[in-house]
Amino acid sequence: MLQETAFTGNMKADSKPLSGSELLLRALQEEQVEVIFGYPGGAVLPIYDEIYHSNIPHVLPRHEQGGIHAAEGYARVTGKPGVVIVTSGPGATNIVTGLADAMMDSLPLVVFTGQVATNVIGTDAFQEADILGITTPITKYNYQVRNIEDIPRIVKEAFYIAKSGRPGPVLIDLPKNIATGTAHVSGTADIHLPGYQPTTKPNYLQIRKLTEAVSRAKKPVILAGAGILHAKATEELKQYAEQQRIPVVHTLLGLGGFPAYHELFVGMAGMHGCYAANMALYEADLLINIGARFDDRLTGNLDRFAPKAVVAHVDIDPAEIGKNVPTKIPVVADAKEALKELIAQNGEKPQTDAWLETIQTWKTEYPLSYDNDGSMLKPQKVIEMLYEKTNGEATVVTDVGQHQMWAAQFYKFKNAHKWVTSGGLGTMGFGLPASVGASIADRDSTVLCITGDGSFQMCSQELAVIKELNLPIKIIILNNTALGMVRQWQELFYEERYSHSKIPVQPSFEKLAGAYGIKGYTVNSEEEAERVLNEALSHRDPVLIDFRIDPGENVYPMVAPGKGLNEMAGVKKR
Amino acid sequence: MKRIITLTVNNRPGVLNRITNLFSKRNYNIESITVGHSEQEGVSRITCVVNVENDKIIEQITKQLNKQIDVLKVTDITDQAMVSRELALIKVLATPATRSEIYSLIEPFRASIIDVGRETLVIQITGESDKIEAFIELIRPYGIKELARTGTTAFLRGNQRLASQTKNISIL
Repeated sequence: MLQETAFTGNMKADSKPLSGSELLLRALQEEQVEVIFGYPGGAVLPIYDEIYHSNIPHVLPRHEQGGIHAAEGYARVTGKPGVVIVTSGPGATNIVTGLADAMMDSLPLVVFTGQVATNVIGTDAFQEADILGITTPITKYNYQVRNIEDIPRIVKEAFYIAKSGRPGPVLIDLPKNIATGTAHVSGTADIHLPGYQPTTKPNYLQIRKLTEAVSRAKKPVILAGAGILHAKATEELKQYAEQQRIPVVHTLLGLGGFPAYHELFVGMAGMHGCYAANMALYEADLLINIGARFDDRLTGNLDRFAPKAVVAHVDIDPAEIGKNVPTKIPVVADAKEALKELIAQNGEKPQTDAWLETIQTWKTEYPLSYDNDGSMLKPQKVIEMLYEKTNGEATVVTDVGQHQMWAAQFYKFKNAHKWVTSGGLGTMGFGLPASVGASIADRDSTVLCITGDGSFQMCSQELAVIKELNLPIKIIILNNTALGMVRQWQELFYEERYSHSKIPVQPSFEKLAGAYGIKGYTVNSEEEAERVLNEALSHRDPVLIDFRIDPGENVYPMVAPGKGLNEMAGVKKR
Repeated sequence: MKRIITLTVNNRPGVLNRITNLFSKRNYNIESITVGHSEQEGVSRITCVVNVENDKIIEQITKQLNKQIDVLKVTDITDQAMVSRELALIKVLATPATRSEIYSLIEPFRASIIDVGRETLVIQITGESDKIEAFIELIRPYGIKELARTGTTAFLRGNQRLASQTKNISIL
């Protein structure tokens, strides 16, 4: 607080006018920005001149999309807003996918786009795009700066909006003349957001109701989503689950919020969730959703979702409560605050012994499984090996598709904030750049970028950044020479008409890595995998390993579209 | 069913875009929308009339609107004591033979003639949407050349019924 007063005070006293770019960099410093992911261009040249003099580290992706995905990876691991700067027009439109991705997965980002000068806005000037119009539905909020004096306030508000409440991306559009022009800035940079007051403290009556419902329940289950991670409430979740002896099921994005080795952990639920987790949701008489949004990939057919359960939903976003699933006990609150209250209630414990036993039986009788006759390398085996060799402690970043589901199923997370994946939007090409951000966010952690041959080729140019910064990223390509998940659906639902899902013509990924100066390997068998992984994980340099896996392997269990969670295909009894 | 929602919003650039965008993004059917300054400087009032199938959708619309950073307050006033008005301008064919007939229709609706041409009249009418609807149907046989409607604008009356009679969907 003191520092802030000194800062604004100085500005008042300072008779030297400041440029928009200077004000911007000062504001970023004020927000203690640790890294900028940015790509220069005409409209942001004045800002880049200021960055040249600044001591905030800057990472140059090789495509703006790579930059914003890296910022997402950084935000996912740290919980702090990822900062992106790109130029106007194509620079700005190239980040649209990343904004939509961050909006869906509630990741805090503050994105600056250059813009043509205010006097030519609307004239179809060179590299002009209506980025406010384009990004309105996929940002939590967006601004165009019209007065230089507003920069300190707008930046402060943007960071506040991005990280508070339900996090999300905020975009600030900066016309070039605003960046070059100067102003005598006076007054303080207080935020002024009368229409934005997220509720964080839970309503006491609802907490009482929930506590009573828990004490009466026979088959309660907690569905824990990424809200647990955003709220940094993993400790509280564990404490509450243990206090009441309630089993915990995770969503895809929630993984890591509850330790996978814990006796109360059931597994991941959803379309490719494990048998026990899906059955637990189906059979539950009390479903306590904390920080998940009942996405269709989690619920399956809504009419058959949790048919026997009283539904309680804790969410910081009131609009999520009752959106998809009718909710009996709504609790609008930050997950941490709500869990603290619930723990403090220390309500009468439900009798869950029989229920926990049932779940344990499901777990042992119907575990995640796959056939392995040793003739071909199985992707699930590769993930199991990765899990064992990294002791469940690596940061795991994935792309989107079959490999993503295998990683979610077979990598068992010990800790939180180690799992980075694109859930809501399902963005192929997310993995490699996101692993750059995730690695920068947590420099000590080994990063496994688990990707597919299709996804990898969507953003492979980011290999250059990994080499440049020599990040400890181990790129694991599960190569089935196909867009595997599309191929799987065509096999199951389109009578094996593989329309444009096979991609037999590929570069040598090993040589491609070599071209960037990264050590590459090709692996065809378990023995090779054993040897190569041991070597690759023995040092901190980046490597790329092309695993030639069984091209016919599918992801199971699977809840087919239109089916309920209890109607999983591909479940095998042990 | 028709619902009337009033919003007060910060009068900032892009606000209206955000609101209308939300309706298309969430696939809500909007019947009319009016915007204008409110009694407070820097604050605008928006009145939306939406057509929804059930209460669940109106609850979602209200919550999604509330979530917008620039939205200060959202109220579904349909079931409360309120006044709602719409204005319509109608240019209708009027021959010397029909002119007096049209005049006789105008009077009970408290509409007024605001322009007289050689072959047409321009009628201004204000009132609730239903009344305007009824008037248009009456006047249609004479030949409507042009029609412009403002959409409904509304707010609460000074005195409300008992709170227990109003419907509350807040979940806080």
